[in-house]
Amino acid sequence: MVSSLHRFANPARFMRLSRVVLPWAAGLTLVLMPVGLWYALVASPAEYQQGDSVRIMYVHVPAAWMAMFVYGVMAAASAVALIWRHPLADIAARAASPIGAGFTFVALATGALWGQPMWGTWWAWDARLTSVLILFFLYLGHMAIYDAFDDPTKGARAAAILALVGAINVPIIHFSVDWWNTLHQPASVFRGDGPTIAASMLWPLGIMALAFKAYFVTILLVRMRSEINAAKIRGLRRAQAADSEIGLGAETSS
Amino acid sequence: MNGADGFFAMGGYATYVWSAYAVAAAVLIGVAASALFRARARRVELEALQAILGRERRR
Repeated sequence: MVSSLHRFANPARFMRLSRVVLPWAAGLTLVLMPVGLWYALVASPAEYQQGDSVRIMYVHVPAAWMAMFVYGVMAAASAVALIWRHPLADIAARAASPIGAGFTFVALATGALWGQPMWGTWWAWDARLTSVLILFFLYLGHMAIYDAFDDPTKGARAAAILALVGAINVPIIHFSVDWWNTLHQPASVFRGDGPTIAASMLWPLGIMALAFKAYFVTILLVRMRSEINAAKIRGLRRAQAADSEIGLGAETSS
Repeated sequence: MNGADGFFAMGGYATYVWSAYAVAAAVLIGVAASALFRARARRVELEALQAILGRERRR
């Protein structure tokens, strides 16, 4: 099991595999985004209470879902990195966090822009909003901690531990609307008795959610490939330095 | 209101709706652009380095 996992996670194999997957993920993103936007902004109806402000939901909710999903990916990758010490897992976690930070920022900003007309306030220190703000800071901390150590291995370990400790925040975000009285509404799509929103709104939401997911896969692969190339560059630079030292040694000894 | 005017007015919520979509677009495009830009820079650097090392090794 572990050995097959390692074979799959081999960087050379990953480079080959990702080269095949990348154009499909990018193509899917570029097809789904305009279709989703068309449904979200034009084809879907205005809501009878919220009017056209409901259209903010089609970016806000997928961004919030992705903010949590990306954190889950990052935490899982960090666990693999800590337990099996696999370099590709570290690379995945490092590649994911800026994307997750971006989604979290979008969720917070669009939430404020929706809250102002609907609740009469940009921001409230309630459980949902506060826990998502903490998620944003966890992402920023994860991005910063890599460079806080001179030894990159130590930085990666510290970042992995931060990601795992912070993972406790994800269920808190999810259940915050049930555990506490919040200004934020409770879950209305994924719930035991089925979605409570109309199909005409579920469609644009679903397409936008898929578009965001395809976008994440695309950028994650681009960033992972880029990190692997960066590691190769570091290796070659070391080899180059070693070569020139040998060359220098030969010259002085002769 | 109908047609393009109605679309841009967003039932009176134009500021909020268009700002939300603008923020989302700016962040997603920004993250994608920085990822692509860096990936390209590293690929170019790697290829240059491999070419130099290949020459040195052959010497």
